[in-house]
Amino acid sequence: MMYFVAMVAVLVSLGLALTRALLGPTMFDRVLAGNTIGTLAVLALALIGFVTGRPEFLDIAILYTLLNLVGTIAVLRYFKLSESAVPAAPEE
Amino acid sequence: MEQVIDILSWAFLIAGGVFCVIGTIGLIRMPDMFTRLHGASVVDTLGMGFLIVGMILQAGFTLVAAKLIIIAALILLTTPVATHALAQAALHAGIRPKLDHDETGGHIAGEDASSNS
Repeated sequence: MMYFVAMVAVLVSLGLALTRALLGPTMFDRVLAGNTIGTLAVLALALIGFVTGRPEFLDIAILYTLLNLVGTIAVLRYFKLSESAVPAAPEE
Repeated sequence: MEQVIDILSWAFLIAGGVFCVIGTIGLIRMPDMFTRLHGASVVDTLGMGFLIVGMILQAGFTLVAAKLIIIAALILLTTPVATHALAQAALHAGIRPKLDHDETGGHIAGEDASSNS
């Protein structure tokens, strides 16, 4: 029961973060919302593991935590590189 | 003893859920991108921390608790890195924080004035 209450709160937060990702005026707002959605998804996965009594979901949550960082950095890097297609000072 | 742990666990899980909702409301309501970072960090620290502690109390002294601690440590290590990279990239791309009264005239210290847009 207590996991369901926490699950509802996490799902409501996911909806709000998704709203920001859809509204976001700039690309960085969307990346920020994506990062938050990743954290909330990890929490939701851990809670699902407790609700269904299957601790294997925690392993998926660990993997998703690492993918979240890599994904955010990769998206930022991609936009930075596509921006500097315009001649600019070489990056160190 | 069992009931004490249950009550504590309830309290932690509800606090975690409330902080998650508060953080994402901040994500919606804050005026510009740099203040929205604060809303996101509430979810990443307090919301995540309370939820994980609540689940650890239910798991007891098992492998599940160890995995939960690993998840918490990874989130605490990686999200500041992502947030820092995000703020740095936004500044680099020319987005400026919204200020109530701008004492610097839109000028960020350590940057030449020609790059202001």
